[in-house]
Amino acid sequence: MIVLDVQNLTKVYTGDLFKPKSTALGGISIAVQQGEIFGFLGQNGAGKTTTLKIIMGLNRSTSGAVTIFGKPADDVSVRAQVGYLPEHPYFYDYLTATEFMTLYARLFGLRRFDPAPLLARVGLEAARHQRLRRFSKGMLQRVGIAQALINDPALLILDEPMSGLDPSGRRLVRDLILDLKARGKTVFFSSHIISDVEAMCDRIAILHRGQICAAGRIDELLHGPHRRITVSGVGANARQVLAAAGHPATETAEGLTFVALSEEAVWVILDHVRKAGGAVVAIVDGRPALETFFMQTIADKAAA
Amino acid sequence: MKILAIGLNAFREAIRDQVLLNLLFFALALMVGAGVLSTLTVGERTKIIVDLSLAAMNIVGALMAIFLGTSLVSKEIDRRTIYNILSKPVRRYEFLLGKFLGLAITLWINTALMALMSAAVFPLMGEPLPAGLWLPVGMIYLELLVVVAGSIFFSTFTTATLSVVFAVAAYVMGHLSGPLIQVVKASTGATHALGLALYYLLPNFDNFNYKPYALRPQAVPDGMVAASLTYGALYIAFVLGLAILIFQRREFK
Repeated sequence: MIVLDVQNLTKVYTGDLFKPKSTALGGISIAVQQGEIFGFLGQNGAGKTTTLKIIMGLNRSTSGAVTIFGKPADDVSVRAQVGYLPEHPYFYDYLTATEFMTLYARLFGLRRFDPAPLLARVGLEAARHQRLRRFSKGMLQRVGIAQALINDPALLILDEPMSGLDPSGRRLVRDLILDLKARGKTVFFSSHIISDVEAMCDRIAILHRGQICAAGRIDELLHGPHRRITVSGVGANARQVLAAAGHPATETAEGLTFVALSEEAVWVILDHVRKAGGAVVAIVDGRPALETFFMQTIADKAAA
Repeated sequence: MKILAIGLNAFREAIRDQVLLNLLFFALALMVGAGVLSTLTVGERTKIIVDLSLAAMNIVGALMAIFLGTSLVSKEIDRRTIYNILSKPVRRYEFLLGKFLGLAITLWINTALMALMSAAVFPLMGEPLPAGLWLPVGMIYLELLVVVAGSIFFSTFTTATLSVVFAVAAYVMGHLSGPLIQVVKASTGATHALGLALYYLLPNFDNFNYKPYALRPQAVPDGMVAASLTYGALYIAFVLGLAILIFQRREFK
């Protein structure tokens, strides 16, 4: 089931005397399925936050449609099922964490609400009676995540959830997102931190200058050589035989490196190495990292 | 319930920002004024204390209403707290009405405390407390609510600074409705049309001026209070309605 459906969304800022007309989004489409973690990647200014603001009804699109659980995104009642973390956690800083959570629970129409368990879940139990004014950036991010969970939402929309967090905070958020997925929730989040996206997401979309330039399952996007095999003690003869069989080697500091494009090729190379009396130094996953893919996709788009 | 939650929170914000400290200035002005007048004037001391305290209440209250009213929405946008609140199942009109309610509570407490301080001056000066003091105080409060509604209206479409400028201008002109209509009547052409439009669009604060009746409440004409209340309620509804219409379409970059 499609939980969040973005169809051909455009956003054009009409210019004025001082600002030229600019296109923030040039017709993007995204469909987020129930129960998946969807990563929304892009450089600064790509249009990620604009997209999320339109989804949350804070900005209006120039054309296109957004539906959440089948209802238009500007239908306020839809938001009872959505949790949202804005890009920068700006909250009422004169409130304590407990007061803040209680106020937001009221906005969801929850009369009886105990904020303590949620604050404990994000590691803020000790600071729950402190005013937000005295919170560090990381603590504000944590309270921001806690407030996004107040209504036990079926869909979470998180704008840069890892921003401002230390390694333990990032770990906490990562575990939390994975736990939400395990409980059948859907998570749609934007991020700069590609390693987190790679570790958590089922699918991603890469946004560049208001256009989606790649989208799909991570394992499908990152197709590439199967394995890189580095060996030592292999003589020139064996190397020639392998090159003739379509497996040329390149010399590296550790020895010779072969690229195997299939599972079968891995065994052919290893067979020859064993016969030649060589030793295997390393066999590594040859698939490009998401980061490399991301940079390459954006570079290709810029060159096009 | 959401309007109430937002309202109570706006009130809490005002208290925590120590907005009520303005009462110290009010108290100081009242004490100094009363002290000076008690040495200077011979007769009619009661009238002078009444005039002084009601005028001070009006000015202090209006300043609060303008500065708090214009900053309510713009502060939320500047501090970006609005992104989060409007991403909850809160309708924009609920947000604006909640903010209005919060300020109405704050001003009610502020006005009540100012009135109590004023009332305390009479026995201190050895004068009897005029029974008619409370009606003008109530009408000042109604006037402040009109000012708040106008201030919120301006802040839905312009910056905090410009909102203050507009609100102060509207406030001053609203107090000069009497002279304004005289000028308009004497003019012709475009000036006449513009003046007439301004006269009807701006609030006429003369409708809330019950200061002359503080010492003789029995002189209030029949139906005048009902007319003032109706005018105030309709004007507030009209201005807040316009503010909601504008705010509904507003985008937050």
